[in-house]
Amino acid sequence: MIPLLIYVGIFVVAFFAVRAVAGGIARTGFSSLKTVTFGDESAVTPDRRASVISILTLFFLWATFTGSALIPSFLHMPGPPLGLHTFEHTVQNAEGETDTATVTFLLFETEQDAEGNDLPDPEPPAVEPGEGFALNDSLIIEAYGSELARLQDNDELTRDDGTTIVAVNGQPISPGDRLDFSFGTISMSTRGSLNILPDQGWQMEPIWLPAPESVAVRFWDILWNGFRNFSLAEHLGYSLFRVVVGFVLGALVGIPLGYAMGLSNWFRGWFDPIVEFMRPVPPLALIPLVIIWAGIGETGKIVLLFLAALWIMAIAARAGVSGVNISKVHAAYSLGASKWQIMRHVIMPNSLPEIFTGARVAMGVCWGTVVAAELVAAEQGAGMMIMVASRFQNTDIVILGIILIGIIGFGIDILMRWAERILVPWKGRS
Amino acid sequence: MTGLAIRNVSMRFDLPGGGAVQALENVSLDIKQGEILSVLGPSGCGKTTLLNIVAGFLAPTEGVIELNGHEVHGPDAERGMVFQKGALFEWMSVRENVSFGPRMKGQRAAQYTQNVDHLLDVVGLQDFKEKAIYELSGGMQQRVALARCLANDPDVILMDEPLGALDALTREKMQSLVLKLWKETGKTIILITHSVEEALLLGERLIVMAPRPGRIHKEYNLPFADEGVDADLREVKKNPKFAEVREEILGMIWDMEEEIMGRTEAAQ
Repeated sequence: MIPLLIYVGIFVVAFFAVRAVAGGIARTGFSSLKTVTFGDESAVTPDRRASVISILTLFFLWATFTGSALIPSFLHMPGPPLGLHTFEHTVQNAEGETDTATVTFLLFETEQDAEGNDLPDPEPPAVEPGEGFALNDSLIIEAYGSELARLQDNDELTRDDGTTIVAVNGQPISPGDRLDFSFGTISMSTRGSLNILPDQGWQMEPIWLPAPESVAVRFWDILWNGFRNFSLAEHLGYSLFRVVVGFVLGALVGIPLGYAMGLSNWFRGWFDPIVEFMRPVPPLALIPLVIIWAGIGETGKIVLLFLAALWIMAIAARAGVSGVNISKVHAAYSLGASKWQIMRHVIMPNSLPEIFTGARVAMGVCWGTVVAAELVAAEQGAGMMIMVASRFQNTDIVILGIILIGIIGFGIDILMRWAERILVPWKGRS
Repeated sequence: MTGLAIRNVSMRFDLPGGGAVQALENVSLDIKQGEILSVLGPSGCGKTTLLNIVAGFLAPTEGVIELNGHEVHGPDAERGMVFQKGALFEWMSVRENVSFGPRMKGQRAAQYTQNVDHLLDVVGLQDFKEKAIYELSGGMQQRVALARCLANDPDVILMDEPLGALDALTREKMQSLVLKLWKETGKTIILITHSVEEALLLGERLIVMAPRPGRIHKEYNLPFADEGVDADLREVKKNPKFAEVREEILGMIWDMEEEIMGRTEAAQ
């Protein structure tokens, strides 16, 4: 909730700040003369300053909630109150006499050496035992953790002698109560022990969300040393290879199938039920069956992606054929073209825009499907990387994987759009 | 025997819910080689159906079409077609569109290039021959369609409202061009149009069709096409005879439309 509020706040503040400092973006060309711009979609151009601030904001939120070293520490959200804290607890013995003793605890964060191994926990702070039947205590608590403290075990009189804790810092406490202090919360269990829950601050624990720099460090590490016996390029390359092979096979079968369905009654009748049935089945639902049939190796993945691309491409090609203006076909016949020439020179080029649209969709679906399939079972691949990493709670690798998957998916789409512009320049202009 | 003969052509479409529509009933027409014929009529009089039958896209339920003595079955390069719009191939340049017919016949570039360049010159597109179709205006696109049809050297050119989608000024220029091409090439042309003026200007012979069932209602032989070959079409229109025939035909079509409306209302 707090990150969302901060995000909305930055959005609003940035909007007014940019307007106040630099003004709105100047409309250029014909749009500059339009008086009606609200409701005219063509007059809306993305404000690139907003894009930049938007991305910076995401990184800023990520950094500030993880205590990242990339931004100065005064911009960090408050973290756990590391260091020494003390409180007093009052113990009452069976005779009704009370004694007060001090508890000192060190709230610490586990540190790592250069190899990434955890360093041993620090020693508890040294304290004087103090007077009375209740003695002073000393303990360590790890940040984001809690401690069910056995404060009476070291006392002159223990719980076996009938002592109970009756107050913390002078405030009375009984089983089930919670008391708030500057360092966190203390609650009493039903059996009368104190549970110390130090404040966790607003930062995310690295296991939930690692800082940006640790993702970057991990990227560098995996880039050079690989992950699980395969280099990063191999992991991503395998995923891409599966997508490309599956998509190409799907297109090689699906496009002729779609043409046949668009040109022949028999083909249309034969394949219509199959295509219409298979189209709404998400490829992900086929993963278990494909694994049963073809195993978790390359064959299974490629079969799955083939199926994912097949129906999309068949439907796109069929739509391409049915989308041909009948005047074009009539004109070609009147110009003396044979059936094959009409296929080659009219129907095929005319269906290219539809096929490209289908190919873009199919590539997107294939990329999503391959990652999902690798999540289920694989020896290498982008999906396998994040799945294995999540099992070992390597959240940094999970995030790294998601970022790489997003970038590659975006790259594929850019590439398809570029190819579309080069190969079908007439799209949407006839 | 040369020329195009339409003999006792009838066309009946069965409706899906039972019943049938008589689109054409016993239409007969002889068109001489080199004649330009315009066909007028209210919507639903079957003029486009007739053109599609002549082109070979539809088979008539009765009757035959004969071209130069042989019966017509299916589309063929001897009968070229110019459509209102959307029939050009966007994936080809202007030149590739115009040379489509010769290329489909297996001609080599050396055989057709000269003719294609000449036709592009005639329709005034020499400077645009490497352009893509979508870069041209509507009028230019129709010029390409005319040139593409002529490049194939058909015996008959069938035009289905070829200028219907153009603005008034472009349309006038294109009307002159059609007349010029007709005179230069000596082709037989059948032109379907919604515009009475266009039918009068371009038709050596003019046929007014009546609907339900589609049939030939009246036939005119007109001098305006011949006059318009060399003269300004606006001068031709000033001829009192032109206005007279125009008013007569407009009245005729008006009455037909009224009758259709009346019948529709009575049926309801």
